[in-house]
Amino acid sequence: MSTPITGTGSAVPAPALPERHYLNATHGLKSWLLTTDHKRIGLLYLFTITIFFLLGGLFALLVRLQLLSPQGAIMTPDVYNRAFTMHGVIMVFFFLVPSIPATLGNFLLPIMIGAKDLAFPRINLLSWYLFVIGGIFGIVALAGGGVDTGWTFYTPYSSMSSNSRVLTGGLGIFISGFASILTGLNFIVTTHRMRAPGMTWFRLPLFVWAHYATSLIMILGTPVVAISVLLVMFERVLRVGIFDPSIGGDPVLFQHLFWFYSHPAVYIMVLPGMGVISELIAAYSRKNIFGYAFVAFSSLAIAVVGFLVWGHHMFVAGETPYSALLFSVLSYIVAVPSAIKTFNWTATLYRGSISYDTPMLYAFGFLGLFLVGGLTGLFLAAAGLDVHVHDTYFVVAHFHYIMVGGTLMAYLGGMHYWWPKITGKLYPEGWSKLSALIIFVGFNLTFFPQFLVGYLGMPRRYAMYPPEFQIYNVLSTAGATILGVGYLLPMIYLTWSWFYGKPAGNNPWNVKGLEWQTTSPPPTFNFDETPIVTDATVLYGHPEEVKVA
Amino acid sequence: MQSSIPIFPDQASTIASRVDNLYFFITAVATFFAVLVTVLVIVFAVRYRRRKADEVGEPIHGSLALEIIWTGIPFVLAMTMFVWGASVFMAIARVPSETLDIYAVGKQWMWKFQHREGQREINELHVPVNTPVRVIMTSEDVLHDLYFPAFRVKMDAIPGRYTQLWFTATQTGRFHLFCAEYCGTNHSGMIGSVVVLPQEEYEAWLGGASTGETLAQQGEKLFTQFACITCHSPTAAVRGPLLNGLFGQTVQLASGTSVVADADYIRESILNPQAKIVAGYPPIMPTFQGQVSEEQVLALTEYIRSLPPAEGSAAAPQH
Amino acid sequence: MPEAAVTHHGAHAIPRLQHHFDTMAQQKEAATLGMWVFLVTEVLFFGGMFCAYMIYRMWHYDGFVAASRELDLGLGGINTAVLIGSSLTVALGVHAAQTGKQRQLVWMLIATLVLGLVFLVIKYFEYESKLHLHEAHHAAAMVRLFPAAGWFEVTGELAPLAGGIRLFMVLYFAMTGMHAIHMIIGIGILAVILRMAMKGEFTPQWYAPVEIFGLYWHFVDIVWIFLFPLLYLVNRHG
Repeated sequence: MSTPITGTGSAVPAPALPERHYLNATHGLKSWLLTTDHKRIGLLYLFTITIFFLLGGLFALLVRLQLLSPQGAIMTPDVYNRAFTMHGVIMVFFFLVPSIPATLGNFLLPIMIGAKDLAFPRINLLSWYLFVIGGIFGIVALAGGGVDTGWTFYTPYSSMSSNSRVLTGGLGIFISGFASILTGLNFIVTTHRMRAPGMTWFRLPLFVWAHYATSLIMILGTPVVAISVLLVMFERVLRVGIFDPSIGGDPVLFQHLFWFYSHPAVYIMVLPGMGVISELIAAYSRKNIFGYAFVAFSSLAIAVVGFLVWGHHMFVAGETPYSALLFSVLSYIVAVPSAIKTFNWTATLYRGSISYDTPMLYAFGFLGLFLVGGLTGLFLAAAGLDVHVHDTYFVVAHFHYIMVGGTLMAYLGGMHYWWPKITGKLYPEGWSKLSALIIFVGFNLTFFPQFLVGYLGMPRRYAMYPPEFQIYNVLSTAGATILGVGYLLPMIYLTWSWFYGKPAGNNPWNVKGLEWQTTSPPPTFNFDETPIVTDATVLYGHPEEVKVA
Repeated sequence: MQSSIPIFPDQASTIASRVDNLYFFITAVATFFAVLVTVLVIVFAVRYRRRKADEVGEPIHGSLALEIIWTGIPFVLAMTMFVWGASVFMAIARVPSETLDIYAVGKQWMWKFQHREGQREINELHVPVNTPVRVIMTSEDVLHDLYFPAFRVKMDAIPGRYTQLWFTATQTGRFHLFCAEYCGTNHSGMIGSVVVLPQEEYEAWLGGASTGETLAQQGEKLFTQFACITCHSPTAAVRGPLLNGLFGQTVQLASGTSVVADADYIRESILNPQAKIVAGYPPIMPTFQGQVSEEQVLALTEYIRSLPPAEGSAAAPQH
Repeated sequence: MPEAAVTHHGAHAIPRLQHHFDTMAQQKEAATLGMWVFLVTEVLFFGGMFCAYMIYRMWHYDGFVAASRELDLGLGGINTAVLIGSSLTVALGVHAAQTGKQRQLVWMLIATLVLGLVFLVIKYFEYESKLHLHEAHHAAAMVRLFPAAGWFEVTGELAPLAGGIRLFMVLYFAMTGMHAIHMIIGIGILAVILRMAMKGEFTPQWYAPVEIFGLYWHFVDIVWIFLFPLLYLVNRHG
């Protein structure tokens, strides 16, 4: 079953860092703040979103601590409402949406297709600045007392009733929305126009396919949420009545506009993760992905059908039963491509050469958690069942399994996989395996009890709750503590390894992909010579290779 | 309610077991696939673990047959769930023709209930067992959501319109009532109980808690108090449409269209009278927006609903 | 960074070719596709408001008709003509750039700039008339923006339609305001391009900025072509 691997990357001499690479090409703060190098911009994003992740995590901790006691352990309801809103807003808009695309995607997409940079390097930098400005507004809103509307900003509470910092927070989201529009635009054009010779659409890494699909959602969905947030702000300032029923407006219209973006936004968050997992599973099985075309097109199918399911957030918001059923059936249809992906990933393992390196452990973890997250979506798509679990902890558990269990596992897996490429250094394998394990255990302990308490009927966004739900909340908080430790560990040892890790060499995992053919870290323009792509570049166990051996 | 650790919610309505059966079915399917994939992943990971540093996997690129199978089977199962879920949903959405109607108004942060017999309750709702109960609701301010976990039903209360839910309680006892749509500071304090009583106890409770006036009688008083009667009466000098027997009838409008006179229509006609002008009448009614509360609108609606058809005129006032 | 092209890829040290592109054709294709993708985003951006407009027009048709009558059909019509004219001048400008007619390019860009400014000036007067007390068709009815009590007030015969009128006005300002912002941005970009054109920077080999700006300008015009009938011509025949 095995054939020897040859060609690139059979590293015999001890690897050393290249003399010149993108990190040491220029020096000084200015060289970073004015860079147009997609790799550096990716790192700027990495730095920024890590700060937001820590901030969002801090609010998560507050939320979990509060729920230790049925009466609310540490905060008044008002403060609690701000805490969970800030947790949601920061994690969704300032961490999850940009997480994989803006860091790994930014860094890798051009390299993977053999380009020297993204099509519009300056727009890429502009995107980061917009993101930072949006983030600053977010932080200003926070410092001014926070927002208490929930991350969904439902009207008329957000427009007429709330007396928190909705304007500032909304402006932050509006601005950072343009950051992701610009990223999506750049990715689409780059994928179309910048591929190296021989890099046909069907030789594209699945990571690129996933980002292409994500970008479509970014450019189509983000403007709609931008305009709806803008209308909410308009309404707050001028009391114009677009969403206010007492003067003819419709509060539910906001939900339509909001979810038209924000449901696809879930796929913005999870599709790139799926792309990462496709890469990891192939790499650590040393085998091309099973059913490449199906995995690639299922990403597009998710992106397209994902735009048609928003109404499933409104089964009990007074929409007609028939539109509810339409959205229900579409929601079931969008589940199928995810199933296709999962089966193909599993089949890829068959007769592979599987190693248990850290990124693969994260991939396994992703499979387990995404499976639970995806399958519990089936409960919510069933209109008659959703009536009961809508707006309960069942939903909270479901989307955390997808967005945190799925996306964050993929993000960390990808970060470990490409870390040697990004920094040129290896991280400590023992610590990283330990952290993967801790995260998996902590995550399940945090969120699995929430399915049970959700089906029991505990509504979400409750600062206090009936005492019989306490046991599940205590378990959840205990899990969150473990999870927190699990997330801190990689930050520490990855940072450490950047300075003190051993040089990784160009292709430490001995895998396929253009990114592993250049140096670690890559030169400023990614390749010393524009690569020419053939089947042998992308296929494991290709006959040409065997012949060379 | 029990004090021990609850595992599963009470099944206290006719719909609850139907929802739970679907829940068990999806759980079974989900568990099957979760176990299947997990076992396969573990078996493959162990069986095909890397034994030599430089080995690669077998070049298998896919199988159309397998793709069709694992597209087709999930699709069929998904459609089964959809149809099942849809039938449960329609059972929840379709209100039986004979129901005991109760009105609810959500308000930051309390639930106010009005029984047609005149009783009012806050954050507590008494209903009889084995009787279809319909709750017609709206909100005075922001979105709320009336949720009865033991009955497996919930519905948003939306300002500016009526929504409804129904249930038939099958167990007596006291169950949770929650607000499930985030509504601000004391959202989690907007909770209470639904008390399901045997029929005779319910009637006793109705008698005991009574204010002496039915909701329709309260509405009748308001009808005079707000001077509705000066126009909406057969003897009035300035004639508005007669309201006798109006409820549930089709009304011809000046715009040429017609509308069914339901609670939403009556509410709109009180708060925004010019929105739909009855054919043959001048648009002269002033708005009562800001003067009547949602609860008073409900009482007025109930009064109009209680009016018998006037003698001679068929039903709806049309000229 | 044209200079990078020289240092890293001496082989094609073509002026105007950015370092990360291989050929001028590739660079131009990328830029054009980028603008198209951006315009798709813009369609969705306006789409949210169009969607709100459609729903509310259905709900408050009478109010929308009444409010639409408050708009100045004459000024709106002139502005439509002005914008269509500017689309023509931009198209001629792009053609001039393509064929290397420097003088014609500069004049066409100037014409576009002037027409764009004319549009904004007319828009300003239109807005201004709305900001003051405005006599409606019926002497008994009054639509007032920014009265002392709030930002909007309808009295007299039209009062019953206040909800619809108010929503219409909100959407009118939101949509035309967003459109005007796009015009202002467009004029800003146009000024830069005009400067470049006057310096003679464009050649038949390299005029991508003119062409891409043209795409943007046409898009902004098209948005107006949709806005005009939707806002000014609601049931005008009645």
